Amino acid sequence: MGKQINVALIGNPNTGKTSVFNQLTGLNQQVGNYPGITVEKKEGICKLPRGLKAHILDLPGTYSLNASSLDENVVIELLLNKNDKDFPDVAIVISDVENLKRNLLLFTQIKDLEIPTILVINMADRMKRKGIELDIALLEERLNTKVALVSSRKGTGIEELKEIIINYRQISTEPCLHASVIDPEYFGRLRKAFPNQSLYKLWLVITQDVNFGNVNRHSLNSDPDFKTKSFSDLKRLQQKETILRYQFINGLLKEAMSIDLSSASDLRIKLDRITTHKVWGYLIFFGIMLLIFQAIYDWSTYPMDFIDITFASLSEWVKTALPAGPFTSLISEGIIPGLGGIVIFIPQIAFLFLFISILEESGYMSRVVFLMDRIMRRFGLSGKSVVPLVSGTACAIPAVMATRNIENWKERLITILVIPFTTCAARLPVYLIIIALVIPDKTYYGLNLQGLTLMLLYLIGFGTAIFSAWLLNQVLKIKSKSYFVIEMPNYKLPLFKNVAINVVEKTKSFVLGAGKIILAISIILWVLASYGPGDNFDNAEEIVSNQNENIAGQELEEEIASYKLKYSYIGITGRAIEPVFTPLGYDWKIGIAILSSFAAREVFVGTLATIYSVGSDEEETIKNRMAAETNPILGGPLFTFASGISLLLFYAFAMQCMSTLAIVKKETNTWKWPILQLVIMSLFAYLVALIAFQLLK
Amino acid sequence: MKLTIAHLKRGQKGIIKDFSVDNVPLKLLEMGCLPGNEVELVQTAPFRDPMYLNINGSYLAIRKETALLIEIELI
Repeated sequence: MGKQINVALIGNPNTGKTSVFNQLTGLNQQVGNYPGITVEKKEGICKLPRGLKAHILDLPGTYSLNASSLDENVVIELLLNKNDKDFPDVAIVISDVENLKRNLLLFTQIKDLEIPTILVINMADRMKRKGIELDIALLEERLNTKVALVSSRKGTGIEELKEIIINYRQISTEPCLHASVIDPEYFGRLRKAFPNQSLYKLWLVITQDVNFGNVNRHSLNSDPDFKTKSFSDLKRLQQKETILRYQFINGLLKEAMSIDLSSASDLRIKLDRITTHKVWGYLIFFGIMLLIFQAIYDWSTYPMDFIDITFASLSEWVKTALPAGPFTSLISEGIIPGLGGIVIFIPQIAFLFLFISILEESGYMSRVVFLMDRIMRRFGLSGKSVVPLVSGTACAIPAVMATRNIENWKERLITILVIPFTTCAARLPVYLIIIALVIPDKTYYGLNLQGLTLMLLYLIGFGTAIFSAWLLNQVLKIKSKSYFVIEMPNYKLPLFKNVAINVVEKTKSFVLGAGKIILAISIILWVLASYGPGDNFDNAEEIVSNQNENIAGQELEEEIASYKLKYSYIGITGRAIEPVFTPLGYDWKIGIAILSSFAAREVFVGTLATIYSVGSDEEETIKNRMAAETNPILGGPLFTFASGISLLLFYAFAMQCMSTLAIVKKETNTWKWPILQLVIMSLFAYLVALIAFQLLK
Repeated sequence: MKLTIAHLKRGQKGIIKDFSVDNVPLKLLEMGCLPGNEVELVQTAPFRDPMYLNINGSYLAIRKETALLIEIELI
C-alpha cells in the first residue's frame, strides 16, 4: 500500500463535476464542512488500478480564481497553501465540451500555479449530436497537459482518467500562459522583491484577500522594496489578464475545435421559448410548485403514518420487554418519543430535497431565477432568492447556505434575514397536531378545512417573508455595488445517481443534526420531569391520598402523577413562567414546550409527548392527552379555537431554531443579525398570538 | 445615443465594443462578455429585465442596468 494520491476536482458550475466525482468514488464519499466555515466539503476515495488509491476532494464550483464568494475562496485558499493536508498532488479541471472556451479560463489560471493539472472534457457523448470535433493531441501540446475525454453520464473515459491520475508525475508543471506579460515592468519588480515565490501566486495574493504560507497581502504591501498599485489599477490589470487568457484560448480553439453548426439541434432555444415565456413561463413555474406541495403532503402521508405507528409500538415494546425502572422509562418515555418526533419528518424532507435536486440538476432553476428576478427586486430580493426561499420550506439551514451565490450583499442579507419566516418542515408537526385539535375535519365545496388552514399558514409564512423583505429594503442603509449575472445552462436529464446521493446526504445531515439536539433535550426534560425538590414531590402519594380520600385505583394514580409533575423541577419552572403565557391562552406545559422549542421547533411535540407520558401507564396518543387538558384559569378545554390559532400564529412567526441562528452568525460574520432576528421575530410572534387569543376567546 | 446591449431586440445581434473597465464587473468578463465578441438577445423577462443573452456561445442572463453599460455595434 503506497501513499494516497491527493486529487482536487475543480471546475465551473454546471460542468458535471459532481457526476465525475460520483463516478470516481462511487458511494465511497463523505460530506463535511471546512473548519470554521459552512462550505460543504465533499471528499472520497477512488480505487485506482494496481492497488493504488486516490483521495478525491470535490471543490466548490467556480468560474475563475478571482474569488467573489466564500465558496470560491475555499478553492484559492487550498491551491495556494502547500502545507494544507489536502493540497493536491494533481488538480483535475472538469470542463463541458459545449462550454470549453469559458471552462478553459479556469484551467489556464490553475496551470499558472505550477501544479500538475489534468483537463477533463466532460459530456463527450454530446459531441456527435452537436457536431463538435476536437484535436486532442493539439490541445495536450498547447495546454501542456493530459486530456481525458469523459462522459460522466455514460460512464465512459473514467478508466482512462484513472490511468492519467496514476501517472500524474509525467504531467508538466510549466504554465501554458504567463500572466506576467500583462505588465512586465510590474511583475519584474515583484519577481525582484520575492525571488523565491511563484509569480502567479504572488499576483493572486495581491488581488485577493487570501494568505499562503508566510506571505500575505499585508506583508507584500508593506515590503519596502516593492510598491503595489492602486485598487483600480489592479482591477484594470485583472481585466487585462482575463482578456489575454481568452485571446490565448480563442486562438487555440480555432485550431483544435471545429463545430458543424448544421448538425446542431438546439433543444435549449426551443424549450426556453416556453419556459422563459412571459405567460407560459410563470404558469409552468406555478404548476411545478403546486405539484411539489401536493407531493409533499399527499405522498408522504403513508410513510409518515407508518413511522408514527412503529415508534408508538416500539415504545410499548420497550416498556414490557425491559425490567421496570428509571432506565426503562427514560428510554420509553424520553428517548423514543423524542426521536420519533424527528424520524417522522424524513419522508417530507426527502421529497423536498428530491424535487429541488431535480430542478437544479435539470438546469430549470436558472430559468426560475431569470423569471423571478425583476419581481423579487421590488422587495429588495434577487431572482436568486427564490431557491433559498423554496428550500426554506424544508429547512432554513441549507436555505441560508444557498444564498451564497447572490452577488449583491444587501439582497443576500435580506434573503438570509427573512428565510426563517418560510414554513420549514420543523413547524409541520406542530401545525398538524394543533390543526387536528382545533379545526373541524369538515369539507366545504370539496375543500378540507384542515388542509385549507395548513395552506393558509404556508401563505402567511411566505407573505410575511416577502413583506419583511420589503420593509428591510426600506430600512437598511447598505450601499453595495449591484450586479447580477447568472449562467443559463443547457437542459439535462437529471442523473438518478446524483439526485439519489444528494437526497440521502441532505436528509441524513438534517436528521443527524436535529436528532442530536432532540435526543439531548428529551433526556434533560425527562430528568427534570421525573425528579423534584422537597416534600411535595417526595411525599406525593401520601399528600394526594390524604386530600382525596374517596378516590382509589387508577384515578388516584393519575392524580398522583399529575401532582408529582406539578412539583417536579420542570413543573416549578413552568409555573414560574406561566404568567407570561397565560395571556396567550397557554398553560405551563405549553410554556415549557415553547421554551424547549427555542432549541428547535420540532421539539414541541416531543416535549409535550415526554411531559404527558411521564408517569402515565396508559398508552394514549399525544393528541388525546392534549384534547383532555383543561385551562387552569378559564376552565374548559385548554386547546380551544382561540388558543389553538394563537399557538399556530406564534409558531409561524417566532424564531425558534438555534441551528439557524448559528448558521446566520457564520454567514453574516456577526452576532448582530441573528440576535436581531431572534428578538424581533419572537416579539412579533408574541404580539400576534396575544392579539389573536384576546380577540377570539 | 449610445447603443448598448439593453437596446437589442429579441433575436438581434451585435458586437461588443471596447468598454470602460471600471463599471463592468470582472465576473462578466470571465463569463465570456469580452470586447469584440458577438452578442445575441435570446429572451427577455417582463419589462425587458433581466436579459437572456448568448455571447459567443456562452448563455447568461444579466440585469438591464448592467446591459446598459456595455456598448455594442449592430450587425
